[in-house]
Amino acid sequence: MVESQPVLTMTAISKSFPGVQALNDVGLRLFPGEVHGLMGENGAGKSTLIKVLTGVYSHDSGTIGLAGQTVRFGAPMQAIAAGISTVYQEVNLVPNLSVAENIFIGREPRIASLIDWRRMRRAARHLVERLELDVDVTAPLGSCSLAVQQMIAIARAIDIKAQVLVLDEPTSSLDTTEVEQLFRIMRQLRGEGIAILFVTHFLDQVYAIADRVTVLRNGRLVGEYMTSELPQLALVEKMIGKELEALESLEDQPKRALAAIEASTAVIEASSIGRKGSVAPFSLTIHQGEVVGLAGLLGSGRTEVARLLFGADRADSGQLTMQGNPAPIHNPVDAIDRGIAFCSENRRTEGLVGELSVRENIILALQATRGWTKPVPRRRQDELVAKYISALDIRPGDPEMPVRNLSGGNQQKVLLARWLITEPRLLILDEPTRGIDIGAKTEIQRLVMQLSDGGMAVLFISAELEEVLRLSHKIAVMRDRHLVAELANDDSVDAEHVMAAIASGASS
Amino acid sequence: MNTLTSRLSQASKHQLFWPVVVLVGLLAVNALYRPSFLGVEMKDGHLYGSLIDIVRLSAPLILVAVGMTLVIATGGIDLSVGSVASISGAIACLHISQQPDQNALSVVLVALALGIGLSLVAGTWNGMLVAGIGIQPIIATLILMVAGRGLAQLITSGQIITINSSPYRTIGVGYWLTLPVSIFIAIAVVALVSVVTRRTALGVIIEAVGGNAEASRLAGIRSRRIILLVYVICGVCAGLAGFMLTADVSSANGNAVGLWVELDAILAVVIGGTALSGGRFSLSGTVLGALIIQTLTTTVYAMNITPQTSLLFKALVVIAVCLIQAPAFRAKFTRRRPAAPLPPPQATASGQDQKVEVPA
Ligand SMILES: Nc1ncnc2c1ncn2[C@@H]1O[C@H](COP(=O)(O)OP(=O)(O)OP(=O)(O)O)[C@@H](O)[C@H]1O
Ligand SMILES: [Mg+2]
Repeated sequence: MVESQPVLTMTAISKSFPGVQALNDVGLRLFPGEVHGLMGENGAGKSTLIKVLTGVYSHDSGTIGLAGQTVRFGAPMQAIAAGISTVYQEVNLVPNLSVAENIFIGREPRIASLIDWRRMRRAARHLVERLELDVDVTAPLGSCSLAVQQMIAIARAIDIKAQVLVLDEPTSSLDTTEVEQLFRIMRQLRGEGIAILFVTHFLDQVYAIADRVTVLRNGRLVGEYMTSELPQLALVEKMIGKELEALESLEDQPKRALAAIEASTAVIEASSIGRKGSVAPFSLTIHQGEVVGLAGLLGSGRTEVARLLFGADRADSGQLTMQGNPAPIHNPVDAIDRGIAFCSENRRTEGLVGELSVRENIILALQATRGWTKPVPRRRQDELVAKYISALDIRPGDPEMPVRNLSGGNQQKVLLARWLITEPRLLILDEPTRGIDIGAKTEIQRLVMQLSDGGMAVLFISAELEEVLRLSHKIAVMRDRHLVAELANDDSVDAEHVMAAIASGASS
Repeated sequence: MNTLTSRLSQASKHQLFWPVVVLVGLLAVNALYRPSFLGVEMKDGHLYGSLIDIVRLSAPLILVAVGMTLVIATGGIDLSVGSVASISGAIACLHISQQPDQNALSVVLVALALGIGLSLVAGTWNGMLVAGIGIQPIIATLILMVAGRGLAQLITSGQIITINSSPYRTIGVGYWLTLPVSIFIAIAVVALVSVVTRRTALGVIIEAVGGNAEASRLAGIRSRRIILLVYVICGVCAGLAGFMLTADVSSANGNAVGLWVELDAILAVVIGGTALSGGRFSLSGTVLGALIIQTLTTTVYAMNITPQTSLLFKALVVIAVCLIQAPAFRAKFTRRRPAAPLPPPQATASGQDQKVEVPA
């Protein structure tokens, strides 16, 4: 990398929200032609720093220099015009517009002053191909999975001719293949001299692509380091401010014994459950105390399986049996009544109510099961909420804070807490560790183990194979919307094994 | 001074700060224009004065707007409230007019029951269209807005029904404990609705449905029932307002009763700080909003503004109120002028005490 002049410098930036000092005297330098990792725990201030840069928030003090000039953007559009292109952490595109419209919104190709639809669609198709995505650019964006939406947001950002590209957790819901695609393009852009700021909680991704990292902790700058000179463990210590033993202990846990589990009673048995255009009929049994991992590529139908079991979508074939009795589930209310909980991957649109407080969001599902006439007594609410705020380390720990003011990872924990307090028999977790920092991720994994040891059945969906392998007794493999294999997760099974099953669909 | 400014800046963050400021401002303008405006006097054991009038006249609007608040909080809207008020007023007056003894309490009670019954039916109809069939609220309620006027005309056979019933008249112009009865009715309804929404989980569930419908569905909320319920509540509130409006003049005119009240009600809700997109709602804000609208109407009359320009005047004030409340607009204003001139703080503080009549 060239030690030239930085294209972007942020100096002594401070930003406070009511009651929270989100950034305190933070600096950041970006050089042309580098990929720069921005690292820190949930709530460290990464997204806030980015939003200050692009003019979403205005900072209380500090200066921003872009290509030698002091700038201060009043709105994100100005940042784009100045050559800073950004993918925000929460995908903020328009669901009922088409993919192509979303890519070109605000900068549509025109003939005279009319939008040139043909050119727009062609350009969109071209871009999507560049990311090796298989989507119809005329389809409404809302019909695409979250991962595809994330890729579309990236496509939009890289198409804007920029000198600085900012990516806030772009890989949080992507699979390895998409991450590879993205990295290929990032390297290409880096070669063209573009400065890329990249936020992620995946350490291996940082080491795979970043030249340099800046670490934040509690809104303060810890330091700037060359990745090549900073061992992984040292980076983690800088992020969390203490040594990390907790992480290790989970790593080499023995594989979980399946035999005993299979003997216990089945919590749910799906036989030939399916829905046209969504998932082909599949059969799956989950026992008491069992963790079933669901593996598969992007778009293979993992989320759709979860939605059918929960009644979020209605199955048009097959039967469900719970505890030996037929249990038709037509909607989420049926599912919740039967003790099923579903933590959606899409926390912003399918999970949280942004305006409501942390407390109200946590209590929502429990309250719904009681009906509106029987409010959960306030004292009980406070107890439950306090318990889970500390158990999941939700920060800031103010139960009355509107949930949309929390950082992404902390929002995810709020969603998890909502379902844990309903004490379900079957817990369906769709990407529960999405956007969660390494410390909290281990906590959540530990929690899943604890819950299943206590007899809860868990369906665990994750794009991260290691996570699935670590937690599951059994792995169900999806391909092309078919459940193609069920693998007992014993010592003979490893990541390659599962990858092979995903690729070929052969059961072992 | 320092603590005063800091207290003021704290108060200005309160959600009801700006509505209160506007209301106080409007009252101040009136008082300057006509010093007797603030006077209240006792005659025959009844209190009289412009302030009392404003509160009395806003009572029907408060009723309608409270129901509207809940509907809007779910992300909906009810355009049919004026027609429902007209229907309920018409059926009540029709029933009374057909009885030999119009002053009998039983006659009036039956009349009220009929009106409430029809309002329930109307609210259920709206709720079914929105929650059951899934028609857009604005279209669904437009149907009854238009058809309801016709229905009211049918009930009154296209005529103005005049009645002579003193118990019924009491609802509109009667006095109790020195104050107009309609004020007590409005207070009772607001209190009831706030207890039902805030002492149960109904309020938060309405806000969840309005804030994020899909997330609420996946959290197991039976949103359809909730949506049906708020339209029913809204219908009943409108029906009650219909009694007041017809009792006030002892007659029912299917065409005129509650005409355009939906617009005032929607404005009152918005001024009170409940967003049209749904989510968080504030009943006390709505009450303030209704008082602002009524004060505005009274001001227009009091100042002898010609009818041709009065609507324009009203519109300008409403635009101003909405702008003041928009954080983006205020930010622009304060950035240019760091020390934004504010109305005298004392007036604000005491105004708040006087005007927020219902702790909702
Ligand atoms: N609009 C807001 N209002 C109030 N507080 C906010 C707001 N936005 C962020 N915060 C607070 O600022 C702090 C930093 O949040 P930020 O979103 O920058 O974290 P982050 O590093 O991006 O975390 P994550 O990894 O979870 O995305 C958090 O404590 C958060 O609660
Ligand atoms: Mg973030």
